[in-house]
Amino acid sequence: MSSIAAPPLAQKKRKFHIAPYMLILPAIIVLLAALAYPVGWQIITSFQEYGLKQQFGQPPEWVGGANYVKIFTDPQIWAVILRSIAFCLVNAALTVIIGVALAVLMNSIVKGARLVLQVGLLLAWAMPVVAAMTVWLWLFNWYSGVINWVLGPAFANHNWLEDPISFYAVATIIVVWMSVPFVAFSVYAGLTQVSGEVLEAAQLDGANGWQRFTQIILPLIRPVLMIVLLLQIIWDLRVFTQIQMLQDAGADYNSTDLLGTFIYRTGAGSANYGMAAAMSVFVLVLTIVLSAPYVRSLLKEDNNG
Amino acid sequence: MASQTLAAPERAIENVNVKPATRAVTNPGQRGAQRRKLFKGLRSIIAILLALVWVFPVYWMISSSLLPTAVLESGTPRFFPWGGSLDNYEAVFEMGTFWPALRMSLTVTIIAVAACLLFAFLAALAISRYHFKGRTSFVLAVLFIQMLPAEGLFIAQYKMLASLNLINNALGLAGLYTASVIPFTVWMLRGFVAGVPADLEESAMVDGCTRTQAFFRITFPLLAPGLVASGVYAFLQAWNEFTVALVIMQSEEARTLPLWLRAFVQASASRATDWGQVMAASTLVAVPVIIFFLLVQGRMTSGLVAGAVKG
Repeated sequence: MSSIAAPPLAQKKRKFHIAPYMLILPAIIVLLAALAYPVGWQIITSFQEYGLKQQFGQPPEWVGGANYVKIFTDPQIWAVILRSIAFCLVNAALTVIIGVALAVLMNSIVKGARLVLQVGLLLAWAMPVVAAMTVWLWLFNWYSGVINWVLGPAFANHNWLEDPISFYAVATIIVVWMSVPFVAFSVYAGLTQVSGEVLEAAQLDGANGWQRFTQIILPLIRPVLMIVLLLQIIWDLRVFTQIQMLQDAGADYNSTDLLGTFIYRTGAGSANYGMAAAMSVFVLVLTIVLSAPYVRSLLKEDNNG
Repeated sequence: MASQTLAAPERAIENVNVKPATRAVTNPGQRGAQRRKLFKGLRSIIAILLALVWVFPVYWMISSSLLPTAVLESGTPRFFPWGGSLDNYEAVFEMGTFWPALRMSLTVTIIAVAACLLFAFLAALAISRYHFKGRTSFVLAVLFIQMLPAEGLFIAQYKMLASLNLINNALGLAGLYTASVIPFTVWMLRGFVAGVPADLEESAMVDGCTRTQAFFRITFPLLAPGLVASGVYAFLQAWNEFTVALVIMQSEEARTLPLWLRAFVQASASRATDWGQVMAASTLVAVPVIIFFLLVQGRMTSGLVAGAVKG
């Protein structure tokens, strides 16, 4: 549409237009002030020693790449990075697998059941993160949570958040529960474009369900799948609220921190701004690199949408 | 684009590896049809069970919010809120902290939504109605900016607002929210503006309208649904946001609803938490969100993956 709508005005007057620049100016000012300035500050600060002393008026000290060297040499920070990557990949993979399974299921059941499943997923998706977290904390609560009750006497008063592995298992359940609806609906939208006739023809030719899935459906929904997987990886890498609120409920910070909470504690907690800035720059660069293919797919829509 | 999607299935069929043996077995007869029906029924039942799994936490929040704490902590869960009451809600309302948090959340959200809609709408007009130098760079910047995580920026944003004396200030937080929502809103509105043909506006101008009149009489009413959808999106983002608020709003009086809710459960490692009240509070925060979310869900999904779904 845009390609039809835009040219007429442009073709008529080839002269320089001031209007579009005036129109984007307010947005640009806000973005510069609230995002670009902090990013700039962050890049500068990441090359400085900027801690408590600077809070009390001492000028920051230039330390070159020392903060970055520390990211890649400090075993504690390495552990945080590796944990974040592992958590992100496991969660993104689980979310996409379960989401695709639900989408395929949605596509092959009676209408009433499909509606019930869609409403269920929508309600879970609509929950504000913090509200959802309070419910999950209540469900996993050690002394009167339903989950311990369902699992029986062996789990009476079991604290799920004490051990890092079970802490991450709980976090994974919550994150996957929250993220699956988006994947399921997106993939389902893709699936509805797969023609039923083609599938029927394949079935008559003797292709079984798995063959139909891997050889017809999967190649057709590949573009959606790649985008959804990419978005999940980007989103799960920055997971913060879930981890923070699980930690609030009584977990050891040092063994459960992921990138987001670690930066928060380094910056807001210990006022080690130089280090927090370097970590933030690391996260931003990682995000931009990961986002490139996604942005390309959106641009494709801009050009022929 | 269309030719691609049309051609693909044929290619896919050729690739299907058909074994002669399976062809004989799946001879579509009556028994096969019956079996398929049975499987469809089974799958439908599984789907309903899965729906229950996904909806259970939401149900549990509402159900628990109606029960007194004594029942909730008795050790045996009550799966239906028999004998429930609105006492927990009353307790939350009477708590001194709920109303200030609600007021703070509303203030921040309204400022952010209004500013974001205005600025994003102007920018969307520019990129869908004009071809100007720098348009591509602007679109590219917008698309990348919308991916930037708050977790990679909030320390710097905190330092910036601190130097401006805007910590614990609704305006400061609303400014950050406006900036973080603008990119996606510009992108979403761009689609709506592009959907209203410029010809319409031009023919109105031929009929004697000025450009401004043409815009407000013809284009603007057609854009209303897009503005509503974008506004609701911005509302949801600002209303639910936790990460940046945690860093910026540090004093108790400046808490937004998500921060207030978090403070409520923070003590859950000890026995101090009144879960009935926490669930009532969560329900109060969640219900407006769920309603608004259901209104715009379709648009948001297609906006996020549009390029991919359309091929």
